[in-house]
Amino acid sequence: MDIVVCIKRVPLIQEVDLEINDAQTGVRDEALAYVINDWDNYAVEEAVILKEQLGGSVTAITVGSEADEEVLRRALAMGADQALRIDPGSRQLDGFVISRILTKAIGTMTYDLILTGVQADDDNGGMVGSMVAEGLGIGHAAVITAINIKDGEAVVHTELEGGMDEVSKVKLPALLSIQTGINEPRYVSIMGIRKARKKELKVTDLESLGLSEDDLTPRTVVEQVFFPPETAGAEMIQGDAGAVAETLLNLLKEKGVSK
Amino acid sequence: MDFALSEEQQDIVSAAREFAQGEFPERALEFDRNETFDLGLWKKACELGFVGVFIDEAYDGAGYGFFEHCLITEEFWAVEPGIGQAILSTTFGSELLGLFGTDAQKQLVLPQLVSGEAILATAITESDAGSDVTGAATTAVKDGEEWVINGSKMFATNGNLAKYMLIFCQTDPDHPSRHARHSFFLVPTDTPGYESTKIRGKLGIRASDTAELALNNVRVPLENLVGTQGEGFQELMAFFNRTRLHIAAQAVGLARSALAEAVRHTQARTQFGAPLASFQVTRFKIAEMATHIRAARNLYYEAAWSVDQGNVDHGIIAMAKWFAAQMAVGCAEEALQMHGGYGYIDEYKVQRLYRDAKILDIYEGTKEMEKTIVSNTILR
Repeated sequence: MDIVVCIKRVPLIQEVDLEINDAQTGVRDEALAYVINDWDNYAVEEAVILKEQLGGSVTAITVGSEADEEVLRRALAMGADQALRIDPGSRQLDGFVISRILTKAIGTMTYDLILTGVQADDDNGGMVGSMVAEGLGIGHAAVITAINIKDGEAVVHTELEGGMDEVSKVKLPALLSIQTGINEPRYVSIMGIRKARKKELKVTDLESLGLSEDDLTPRTVVEQVFFPPETAGAEMIQGDAGAVAETLLNLLKEKGVSK
Repeated sequence: MDFALSEEQQDIVSAAREFAQGEFPERALEFDRNETFDLGLWKKACELGFVGVFIDEAYDGAGYGFFEHCLITEEFWAVEPGIGQAILSTTFGSELLGLFGTDAQKQLVLPQLVSGEAILATAITESDAGSDVTGAATTAVKDGEEWVINGSKMFATNGNLAKYMLIFCQTDPDHPSRHARHSFFLVPTDTPGYESTKIRGKLGIRASDTAELALNNVRVPLENLVGTQGEGFQELMAFFNRTRLHIAAQAVGLARSALAEAVRHTQARTQFGAPLASFQVTRFKIAEMATHIRAARNLYYEAAWSVDQGNVDHGIIAMAKWFAAQMAVGCAEEALQMHGGYGYIDEYKVQRLYRDAKILDIYEGTKEMEKTIVSNTILR
């Protein structure tokens, strides 16, 4: 089972007050700390688990700068066998362009399974996985919470609303986008870091992939990024607890929430 | 000159931080209140390779330096000092064994420390011998093919948990130099006559075990002498020149945590109609803490890096240990002060940090002894 896992380094935005940049095209990222995208961490773990069960290899790929190699080294330390960084140079990236780059790069490899995270915790587009599958002409399934490989097929679970599970079969090779919680990602160990040092981390640029100008033209244009305006509409109910409760109940009835 | 960590060192830092953040916070209050620890956390840290990274590859270690051990120590302490100490103190003595032990002694002990099968501890202090270690009166007397140890030891970290104990004993009481009267012995703690009692009521690092030892006719074979007879004092100083680096790293980790608590609290708490963090009195304190932390870190980086390069400069090591420890005590105090009354309650982490910090000024050389060492390098 040869598995390709696509990962991304994203800013850590919990407990951070984000500021919009001067051009109003995004957030200020100078002072942000970066980590592996949480969904991708589960995808790496799932790939390594499948390799440990079934043999084969795991290749981790990212599209990004030298600083983004951190997440590739992390994947290697968790058990991936090799890594590839595709350097986009100064090209503008959106979900479309990234998916074209990945499609080209993966198209030359041998693989049975491609794993991605459901989405990346920066723009939360959630579109790269399905576009890569379309580009490669293989089947795909999204928001996967369990994988069982059997007779050239993947039996996959998808979480539906209301706590229901949908079970489907996907013929391999296929692309699956992985939901958090599918496994419990291992910690990076010192032994893993030492082994990773000896594994191959290849770097390639866009020119050598032979992408067309059309492939590299973003389909998404950000017009403006802004905070939603503060709106009025809150009503403070005054009085003692009994009076407040009565007013509240009347309001709820009036608005049709309660009968 | 290059101040950047290598990629591998950065990866070690990230791995240590992730493990500590994932495992320590939810257990910290319980361990602190009850003076307990879960050795499962130590085993887990061993399985992931965080314990004893400076131990030679020949003895199953990672073969990194004391610097990398310091990086892990700083990250563990930045999350939770007591748990950091409980886990990473389990190799205390391996530095001495690595320097002076025989191959057989190292082969016996060191791999077990890395794999999480054994804890090594070192007993030096006695009721009447603290900073003046040459006053240690526990004796080891040769009797045929054995050494017989008698005496008592105080404040031995992991004394109740260790499988092996290095014990600092008087072997040559009549030697004219008080620096030539002592020797180290490797003692399995299941040897008859070894008795440990847990010391309760510590101010801080309460997850870490501390014991008082009673040694009554503890017999070990001649080959359990570690190093050279009569050179125990010099060996102890060489040992401290490694372990004091770790204390400096502990201090920087603790101070980082104090700063983080101060920032969190002063940004959230509003007084006089504005967040505390908007007042200059707060902002200057935060600036001072951040600067002191950076200075202490650069000092211990240099000291630890130098040791790994083969240049053991006991003056700079003592500077790093003293300065970092005092800096951490100061940061913890300022951080608590910024919390006001909340800082006085143990539900707030800053209270624990305040208590945990003080030991840094005391163990493995009080700040007074560190200053003595520093001054001796200047005023000869």
